[in-house]
Amino acid sequence: MPAVSKGDGMRGLAVFISDIRNCKSKEAEIKRINKELANIRSKFKGDKALDGYSKKKYVCKLLFIFLLGHDIDFGHMEAVNLLSSNKYTEKQIGYLFISVLVNSNSELIRLINNAIKNDLSSRNPTFMCLALHCIANVGSREMAEAFAGEIPRILVAGDTMDSVKQSAALCLLRLYKASPDLVLMGEWTSRVVHLLNDQHMGVVTAAISLITCLSSKNPDEFKTCVSLAVSRLSRIVSSASTDLQDYTYYFVPAPWLSCKLLRLLQCYPPPEDGAVKGRLVECLETILNKAQEPPKSKKVQHSNAKNAILFEAISLIIHYDSEPNLLVRACNQLGQFLQHRETNLRYLALESMCTLASSEFSHEAVKTHIETVINALKTERDVSVRQRAADLLYAMCDRSNAKQIVAEMLSYLETADYSIREEMVLKVAILAEKYAVDYSWYVDTILNLIRIAGDYVSEEVWYRVIQIVINRDDVQGYAAKTVFEALQAPACHENMVKVGGYILGEFGNLIAGDPRSSPLVQFNLLHSKFHLCSVPTRALLLSAYIKFINLFPETKATIQEVLRSDSQIRNSDVELQQRAVEYLKLSSIASTDVLATVLEEMPPFPERESSILAKLKKKKGPGAVSVELEDGKERGELNGGGDRGGDAAIAASNASTPSPSADLLGLRSAAPVSGTAPSAGSLLVDVFSEAGPAASSAGVNDDGFLSSAPPSAASEDPAPPLPESDELLNKFVCKNNGVLFENQLLQIGIKSEYRQNLGRMYLFYGNKTSVQFVSFSTIVSCPGELQSQLNVQTKTVEPLVEGGAQVQQVINIECLTDFIDAPLLNIKFRYGGALQNISLKLPVTINKFFQPTEMAAADFFQRWKQLSQPQQEAQKIFKASHGMDTEVLKAKLLGLGTALLENVDPNPENYVCAGVIQTKAQQVGCLLRLEPNAQAQPGEQMYRLTLRSSKDTVSQRVCDLLAEQF
Amino acid sequence: MIGGLFIYNHKGEVLISRVYRDDIGRNAVDAFRVNVIHARQQVRSPVTNIARTSFFHVKRSNIWLAVVTKQNVNAAMVFEFLYKMCDVMASYFGKISEENIKNNFVLIYELLDEILDFGYPQNSETGSLKTFITQQGIKGQHQTKEEQSQITSQVTGQIGWRREGIKYRRNELFLDVLESVNLLMSPQGQVLSAHVSGRVVMKSYLSGMPECKFGMNDKIIIDKAGKGGVTNEAGKSTSGKQSIAIDDCTFNQCVRLSKFDSERSISFIPPDGEYELMRYRTTKDIILPFRVIPLVREVGRTKLEVKVVIKSNFKPSLLAQKIEVRIPTPLNTSGVQVICMKGKAKYKASENAIVWKIKRMAGMKESQISAEIELLPTNDKKKWARPPISMNFEVPFAPSGLKVRYLKVFESKLNYSDHDVIKWVRYIGRSGIYETRC
Repeated sequence: MPAVSKGDGMRGLAVFISDIRNCKSKEAEIKRINKELANIRSKFKGDKALDGYSKKKYVCKLLFIFLLGHDIDFGHMEAVNLLSSNKYTEKQIGYLFISVLVNSNSELIRLINNAIKNDLSSRNPTFMCLALHCIANVGSREMAEAFAGEIPRILVAGDTMDSVKQSAALCLLRLYKASPDLVLMGEWTSRVVHLLNDQHMGVVTAAISLITCLSSKNPDEFKTCVSLAVSRLSRIVSSASTDLQDYTYYFVPAPWLSCKLLRLLQCYPPPEDGAVKGRLVECLETILNKAQEPPKSKKVQHSNAKNAILFEAISLIIHYDSEPNLLVRACNQLGQFLQHRETNLRYLALESMCTLASSEFSHEAVKTHIETVINALKTERDVSVRQRAADLLYAMCDRSNAKQIVAEMLSYLETADYSIREEMVLKVAILAEKYAVDYSWYVDTILNLIRIAGDYVSEEVWYRVIQIVINRDDVQGYAAKTVFEALQAPACHENMVKVGGYILGEFGNLIAGDPRSSPLVQFNLLHSKFHLCSVPTRALLLSAYIKFINLFPETKATIQEVLRSDSQIRNSDVELQQRAVEYLKLSSIASTDVLATVLEEMPPFPERESSILAKLKKKKGPGAVSVELEDGKERGELNGGGDRGGDAAIAASNASTPSPSADLLGLRSAAPVSGTAPSAGSLLVDVFSEAGPAASSAGVNDDGFLSSAPPSAASEDPAPPLPESDELLNKFVCKNNGVLFENQLLQIGIKSEYRQNLGRMYLFYGNKTSVQFVSFSTIVSCPGELQSQLNVQTKTVEPLVEGGAQVQQVINIECLTDFIDAPLLNIKFRYGGALQNISLKLPVTINKFFQPTEMAAADFFQRWKQLSQPQQEAQKIFKASHGMDTEVLKAKLLGLGTALLENVDPNPENYVCAGVIQTKAQQVGCLLRLEPNAQAQPGEQMYRLTLRSSKDTVSQRVCDLLAEQF
Repeated sequence: MIGGLFIYNHKGEVLISRVYRDDIGRNAVDAFRVNVIHARQQVRSPVTNIARTSFFHVKRSNIWLAVVTKQNVNAAMVFEFLYKMCDVMASYFGKISEENIKNNFVLIYELLDEILDFGYPQNSETGSLKTFITQQGIKGQHQTKEEQSQITSQVTGQIGWRREGIKYRRNELFLDVLESVNLLMSPQGQVLSAHVSGRVVMKSYLSGMPECKFGMNDKIIIDKAGKGGVTNEAGKSTSGKQSIAIDDCTFNQCVRLSKFDSERSISFIPPDGEYELMRYRTTKDIILPFRVIPLVREVGRTKLEVKVVIKSNFKPSLLAQKIEVRIPTPLNTSGVQVICMKGKAKYKASENAIVWKIKRMAGMKESQISAEIELLPTNDKKKWARPPISMNFEVPFAPSGLKVRYLKVFESKLNYSDHDVIKWVRYIGRSGIYETRC
């Protein structure tokens, strides 16, 4: 590097900066800057022969002013001039200015690129480095276009200096990250890989960053790097600490390079070549051995460097997950760190162990550290470490140690930090359920959980308890007894009251034999909590009361008295009031038989994925739960919860007031018991009258959707339309509203209205899961010639759809001329990280633009004759696929949009319709005649459909559409 | 109501902090500093809302005065109070500067206790404040019991602004009509907006409890007088020529508003010493003392020629003073040559403007300046926004046309009459924002 010559101190700049620093107020600073700017302008303008030094000084001042936050709109030219200077400092300032202030001004970019090109070919290493740094700093597309071809050449050229090679590798990395399509390695690949063999460690370090990035994109091309990396690694690992001189950091040979090599290896599976693999295993063993050696220095840098390599090696071991020996050794090594006095180490050890726990080889080894981990949970001072300890406990739990771990976690919960309590509660709940041997233990645990951390127990947790209690006959009595006892505590959490109310309402009879828990005692106990509870809980308790009336007729008078009291029957909350009134009437009018049927015990819930697990997943984000539960395989409606039929009569009476705050336990669910096909759609607010049948028919298609959708879901391009979409299209020929599409995740409803040649369609996207959809986007496209036939405008939808939420999209349609195809709707979103990609046809058909026309018989036949050219008529004879019910047929023909003309056709069996299709370009009159042979045997019934219109394509299309309808 | 008042220096350090209400926490002090004084973008609005708390501030040189409240207060009242506060402080210790505030902090707290009570503004009349809040604490002990009871009865009495028993050998009063004229004019000389805001400031040295009556050439007052007395058309037209239309006005607390409402006469018992009798605003028939005629010519991309002519538009016998014309220059100016006939002109780079100063100029005269501005070509395609040319001056007449017709003094108890009072009247017209687009 050239020595800094005298006078490069730039006194003027120093004075200016100190002036600015001494300014008392913003105004003074602005004044000073204005003055300086004027000075620079006059200097730049004045004599053209400004020497390099002053040019550099003024450019520096401009840069400083810019960094203070003021706009600079001149001086670029001077900076570019500096680039062609031969002095290092001047060139450097020029490049600095360009890197900070460059804008994509075409003429300047050309000049800059020219200067960079000159420097790159100058053979002067410092100039080449400066140019490379500038390219990397700017990293714009223009730069990439200009130099992406040049830099690899410099990188692999034999005569390039090492320092330049380093810069070139890093510069290329930056360009690749910014615009990967422009950096094409192709021919250079093998030579770049061979940089791993370079003599100079700096070059290797820089090159390995580049290779890691490139190989993560296309691993196959860079496969050869594995063996090279292994040999390089083994050379470093086996070298003595003095071998590498400059690259030895506190007695550790080349720690950064080692880490990067280990990380590069993590991009690939274990090497297949035995020799290479042997060498690698040897390396890893050496690293593990070295960790055992006494430290060569007491400095923290030494241990940091050593541990960095060690942890990287351990994550490689975990990545391979094939060497039981190494895994166990790694686990033991981490075990030592668990008690290390360095907090960061303890944290890292716990974190790595979490992943180790999931490997079949090391699971047992991890389990041996249970005491230490529990201890860490109790005594650790850092909350993040405690969190990791809790994670690890969760990960290492299995049937053998579940009771111990759950007990420990429960006892820790009492003192746990508020930030992690909810997660802890979920974890305890899951572990308790997953590894429950006997259900009384499970019930005890969960009730304990509610007692200890009631505020953090989410709805899902107590829903789950109730699901399990209802599904297991053997625990019901025990559960009733336990909750009864738990409720006797003077202060109990509202969630406890909920569970108690529900369970006693269902199974109170099981413990009623005991005089200490006689029906009246039970009721009084529950009712004593009533006034302290929130409205939803009170509603639940009211339902429990009516169940009490059924279970214990002797309590009827007392409960009716309660229901009749003003605080219930005139409650200001409409939900409570309605319940009180209805339950009171029900109990006084219905006979005991009816009451018994209505208030029958809840049927068992269908087995499904634990809703708690879903909640935990949602909390941590998909993929973060290290251990999948075995029973987590079955997918299902996550928040179906209990929205299945409870008591039919109550349901029927409550159906009039569907409320979004419905308690999921089915006390007031709308679906009757008989029809409990888990209608997932009921979670969405029904916006359409026809949604019911449509939803169930769509539900039949469900499996078909899933089998076809996911394979295509991976690509970013719009998926091809579903095979069913034509069928779906036909469903909507004669109606405007309904459910267009439904699968496990998403429901799409449609509402549309048409007037003349204009239409408006509302699409309702409902998220059926409890997890939010991210980057939700929809595109409506008109393929092919449809583009010129239909004009479709959409409004964009919000990219986030919350779980259980529904978003609306409006689509405006204008029919320009007649058309055949339907526009495509493509929906993309991410559900739990996986891209979902669905394409559908929008049910926009030509008949939507029909305007009905009434006419008399004579009129009709006159027009019919006018349209007698053969191409104006389209005819089809086809088998009836549905029955020939007159009313249904009429409804369908009216739904088509035409006017149904009575008393026109001489044969009363036949149907005759007329209408005008309104498009922007023209109006197409259309006449229709449908002749059924109703007398024929079922199965042989046929229709003859004749269409005449002034345009042949219209006749054909309407005929095709309609033929599918009967 | 006002929740508290803070005074900061330019660095944002708190010099004075007085909280009147509980809803204002300690963090309010920091909130203002962080969000206004040290804001990344200069805060130009005088009212800032931070976390449901409103901050009203004014700046005097390097000192920030901020009023904070959580309630929906009358913003105009708050600013009126702040200006009054500044006046009071200025009259006690002169210029409001960091050093003065630090030296007088006890006094300031005492003043704040007196002029604000639980956030409600109280008496802020300097004259009466000075009778009982004195810088020298010792002076209070020398006051006789009588004097003390006098203060009490004055402060609590009906005429809180004047004490009884004042005596002067010479009964004298000074009347200043101070106006500032604001103008925005198009390059073609069309008036886009113009208004005058004026103040009548009085300094009275009168004995006893005199009753004063002030008369000016307000249209309504004159019309009223015309109706009651002289009914001839000629009289009305002659007076109508000189009468002016006042858009709105406010009075000192001593003016009897009921009398103004019913009779349109301004009558009052004046406070002793200096005070502002009234404030007013007019928008019609304004006499514009100067006319600015700009001529800007762009010669290519690198040169600009500017010629500005100013014409004085008042009686030749009058002299305007302290004339200053500020001609903005483009941001890429690299050099300026100025030629002017009269006064001095200079390019001030730090303000991006040519400043032309003339000491004195008589009415119905004309003067001109021409400048050549060299520009540096820039990459920016943005055109220069051409900010307006602004002007400052002082003229010895009222641009609104306001005239004092009479000021009568009646004192029935003491034996002096209107004729014995020596009266001085002075008119000063200043420029407010006086701009011409170019």
